[in-house]
Amino acid sequence: MNGLTDKTALNPGAARVTLDHDLLEVAMGPHHPSTHGVFRMNLVLDGETVVRLKPVFGYLHRNHEKIGESNNYLGSIPYTDRLDYICSMTNNWAYVLSVEKLAGISVPERAEYIRVIVAELTRLFNHTCQVGFLLQDMGALGTPLMYAFREREKILDLFESLSGARMMHNYMRFGGCRCDFPAGWVERARSVVAHYPTFLDQFEALLSGNEILKVRTQKVGVLPAALAINAGITGPMLRASGVNYDIRKVDKYGVYDRFDFSVPMGEHGDVYDRYMMRILEMRETLKILNQAISTLPEGPILDPKAKLRNLRPKAGEAYGRIEAPKGELGFYLISDGGPNPYRYRIRPPSLINLTILEDMCLGHTVADVVVILGSVDIVLGEVDR
Amino acid sequence: MQTLEQLKVRLETAVPGARIEIVPNGSPANQPSLLIDREHGRAVAKFLRDDSDLRFDYASNATGVDWPEKTIKEKIKTRKIVDGVEKEVEEVVEKKTAAYLEAVYHLYSMALGHGPLVIRLRTENRSDKVTLPSLTPIWRSCEFQEREIFDLFGIVFEGHGDLRRILMWDEFTDHPMRKDYVDPDDYEYEPTPHDRVLERARLHYPPEATA
Amino acid sequence: MLGSGIIRGMIETGRNFVGSYFVKDRLTTVQYPEEKLAPQENARTIPFLVYDGDDAAAGLRCTACTICEQECPPKCIYIIKDKAKKPDFVGKMQLFPAVFDIDISVCMSCGICAEVCPFESIKMDQVFTLSSDTRFGSLLLHKEQLAKSNDYFRKIHPTDATAIDAERAETKSKAEAKARAAAAAPAAPAVPAAPTKAVTP
Repeated sequence: MNGLTDKTALNPGAARVTLDHDLLEVAMGPHHPSTHGVFRMNLVLDGETVVRLKPVFGYLHRNHEKIGESNNYLGSIPYTDRLDYICSMTNNWAYVLSVEKLAGISVPERAEYIRVIVAELTRLFNHTCQVGFLLQDMGALGTPLMYAFREREKILDLFESLSGARMMHNYMRFGGCRCDFPAGWVERARSVVAHYPTFLDQFEALLSGNEILKVRTQKVGVLPAALAINAGITGPMLRASGVNYDIRKVDKYGVYDRFDFSVPMGEHGDVYDRYMMRILEMRETLKILNQAISTLPEGPILDPKAKLRNLRPKAGEAYGRIEAPKGELGFYLISDGGPNPYRYRIRPPSLINLTILEDMCLGHTVADVVVILGSVDIVLGEVDR
Repeated sequence: MQTLEQLKVRLETAVPGARIEIVPNGSPANQPSLLIDREHGRAVAKFLRDDSDLRFDYASNATGVDWPEKTIKEKIKTRKIVDGVEKEVEEVVEKKTAAYLEAVYHLYSMALGHGPLVIRLRTENRSDKVTLPSLTPIWRSCEFQEREIFDLFGIVFEGHGDLRRILMWDEFTDHPMRKDYVDPDDYEYEPTPHDRVLERARLHYPPEATA
Repeated sequence: MLGSGIIRGMIETGRNFVGSYFVKDRLTTVQYPEEKLAPQENARTIPFLVYDGDDAAAGLRCTACTICEQECPPKCIYIIKDKAKKPDFVGKMQLFPAVFDIDISVCMSCGICAEVCPFESIKMDQVFTLSSDTRFGSLLLHKEQLAKSNDYFRKIHPTDATAIDAERAETKSKAEAKARAAAAAPAAPAVPAAPTKAVTP
């Protein structure tokens, strides 16, 4: 049963609501252009104001965790591409990091730099597209989205010449990366990164001062910092509420401690802050990219002792996490000494970030619900796995 | 941060009656975990969150693991009387390991920057005694994740407040992530299945005369 | 002034609109199918089997070791080994597949089969116009449809193909040199077998 029919189970202190009152129960989704995928929200509305919101998902549940138990460690890498299907490189990195922790595999330096470069390029176009989709949801009819996609195409061309596919890269391996940069890739990447600040300036000129954007996003969907920490929110949403927690700075995985970048923070925790977070994070990412591309060392890209096939880590468990563009993406693997993992668990940032969707939307109108959901930045592949 | 042994002692003094064990971790990841008994789970979690030295305010990951019963054979030496003489004989004894469902939580501290601390709670068995205390009142991030553990493993969390299925549809009856789950034989088969799927496909297609 | 942000935005869209007549970079749509973008060298869609020479059956590099079948994540490859053997490019007798089927409706283009193949025989193709109007039939590719020549491989992946050809030429010349040395050895005077045990009286 959808939880709204038995209301006492959900909120024992609430008065029983009968049909005599003026409340409308609407299911928003799963077929909806603005819900970022097959995602349903059961809204209870008093006129236009949201009184209750329950997210319902599972429409894209593909049973990835069980498939992970029947595939060996190498065979799960293409499946991780399809989790957050926009940011495939960071998904690969999170999984490969966890397996490297589990099996004790080390990574050569050049591979670490390559991982940082592709992950930051991924973060760049993820944030660009998130802003584009947010504006699309607000009714900007696709203009910022198309500008965002134009820039994303340049980066996707880079990824296609590197890994062979535009979206499902399957690029990282245990102990390094699958293949090295082809000839001329670094120059092309450098020119893309050099052009990006101009694009960001034009993008901001289009959007940041726009009065309609400001009216629709400021003071909407406010998330207090204490609730954000307790609800396990991570990523730009958390930092927009004023909490300084970036896993690149806390865990210092990869070679992030060699780069000089700051972590932007917001104050109010509303949708406008989250939008500005993504713009500011893109500028920081450009700094990291410039440093990484200019200091890229030579060397092998794969640990020579790493086994491609037949990896059997010792029995034990490991939890590895990275700062994915959406938040903290973690993989928890239990090995029993065999070629397949005993338990393969994905900690999805999009799912956890949806925990407080109801809290943020109460009292706002339906139009605001769309905007708030757009600012959470979910991808259903990750929510449902 | 303190070592796990010091933490265990502190927890046992702070929450009287709590039985805590350290579960070692064989991999190079160096993440051993604390096994906490069911009755004091929520009290220990509250202490972990509120203590000023620990401040584990962020529950990053909550997941379930299914440990079905396994039979392990052990060789033990016993003294037996063979042909009237007492000799030391090696016997192979079969032992059954306990079967339980487990909930594993990974805790970090955003305030103090340390972590991860891994805590585990185990149910009594896999069939009827499958309740565990819910840690959602302590960390709100466990809300959806405990619902997912309930949906896919079958652990019932007391005190959750909204425990219903999250990924499977509401009328579904089994728990898919358990090791003994058999998926229903009701999907259509393509002409090129393999292995298990090939065997099941053969049951659906009429037997052809083999060439 | 109220509305200055909107006006600045409109200037930006105006610049994009007018600029698309003059600056090539602003008009990025490729009018497919009249214009087509050349695929990047590393692009991968479905696998194919490489054969040397002209005869697909005789020159097929695949030795039916089934490593690709085991490593394929969605298990879309189906191999049945042939009972006979045929020689490979260095002259060693190898098995070869009687049946090699790939279900491209299942294949997820990950390229792991190409990565783990020890004989450089399965590589990733770049064709993508593969849709059909039958449900399963034409999406199951057999050995004959999958086999494509090494010249085709060199055309779509020049760097890889030339590197592999160079390596195979080197291996072949080393094997031939060894064979020649082994054939020449009995012609030399036989080295008397040194007695290993002293003959004790």
